[in-house]
Amino acid sequence: MSKVIVVTSGKGGVGKTTSAAALATGLAQRGHRTVVIDFDVGLRNLDLIMGCERRVVFDFVNVINDGIRLHQALIKDKRVENLFILPTSQTRDKEALTREGVEKVIAELRKEFAYIICDSPAGIERGAQMALYYADEAVVVTNPEVSSVRDSDRILGILNSKSRRAEIGEEPIKQHLLLTRYDLDRVQRGDMLKLDDVLEILAIPVLGVIPNDPLVLQCSNVGMPVILEPKSKAGQAYRDAVARMLGEQVELRFTQPQKRGLVDWLLRRSA
Amino acid sequence: MRLFDFFRLTRRNRNSAETARQRLQVLVALDRSGGDGPDFLPLLQRELLEVIRKYVEVDLDRVKVELERGNGFSTLEVNVELPTAHLERRAAV
Ligand SMILES: Nc1ncnc2c1ncn2[C@@H]1O[C@H](COP(=O)(O)OP(=O)(O)O)[C@@H](O)[C@H]1O
Ligand SMILES: [Mg+2]
Repeated sequence: MSKVIVVTSGKGGVGKTTSAAALATGLAQRGHRTVVIDFDVGLRNLDLIMGCERRVVFDFVNVINDGIRLHQALIKDKRVENLFILPTSQTRDKEALTREGVEKVIAELRKEFAYIICDSPAGIERGAQMALYYADEAVVVTNPEVSSVRDSDRILGILNSKSRRAEIGEEPIKQHLLLTRYDLDRVQRGDMLKLDDVLEILAIPVLGVIPNDPLVLQCSNVGMPVILEPKSKAGQAYRDAVARMLGEQVELRFTQPQKRGLVDWLLRRSA
Repeated sequence: MRLFDFFRLTRRNRNSAETARQRLQVLVALDRSGGDGPDFLPLLQRELLEVIRKYVEVDLDRVKVELERGNGFSTLEVNVELPTAHLERRAAV
């Protein structure tokens, strides 16, 4: 049984692509055949995060409109077994994706892949709706910020009304919260919404809390999903999230202050 | 130890920024030269295959096209797997 999972948010720049790349890579590392699709037509950047931009020949739009075979557009990751990328077009616009076209591609991918991760464009219009339409599950990427939480709430509404599952009255899309760019110091200082504040509004199960981490930028510089960087806290948090996707019980990390030693405590007091 | 870490980190920062700079040069050059560039690729492939098909049966699923974009030039590799039946027939002649 394959699962189609959309990574969505409403708001732009919250970490959807970073998360889609990390989760797909993590699932593949755990031995599941996984493909990650860029639905952001015209603003292609999943291939940049995955570091395969120089190898793009054909894309998602070519498969739908230009008679290119799916397997010709799929790019096999060079680092991780079982991982494939379906890039999108940089030159076409969102109209290039049709529901029938997307349906055919997803049906074909389902035969071959255990996980199909859809990296959604920002917004709540056509492009975002196309990315979520065929989803079985949704990872709602949210930042601890008023506008982001509000947009996530709107996207939850759309998942519940405008998806295929909603339209044909099947079991609703399973929703998960992925709270990213979480800055524990600022939360502690009372400068940032905390996990519980966000949960109070969105009230969906937590898939993970990803700390704000400068290594995310370094990884995007070189085109490597952050989950492949063992030293990165964000990478560790994504690994935990992947384990939870696979049904494992893993406690949340990076949401509580670390217990500090006495010296540290004294230093803090005197600071 | 601290100092060592510090140096390692700064060096690594510079490395990743340098890599980012180089990747960007390739990307932006391609974007400016008319968007994606290879939008002609689907057409090129179709015509290539039409020519090949005049001579051999080709299974569309056995065609592999690879592209490696570089700073000065790019290489396009088209691999067409020919059916063994055909080749054997040829050999028998
Ligand atoms: N956990 C994180 N820590 C620090 N920066 C992050 C983190 N997650 C994402 N970012 C940064 O946020 C920006 C937007 O991320 P991206 O994944 O492109 O978002 P989206 O796809 O939602 O537009 C990027 O610059 C990325 O490096
Ligand atoms: Mg994105």
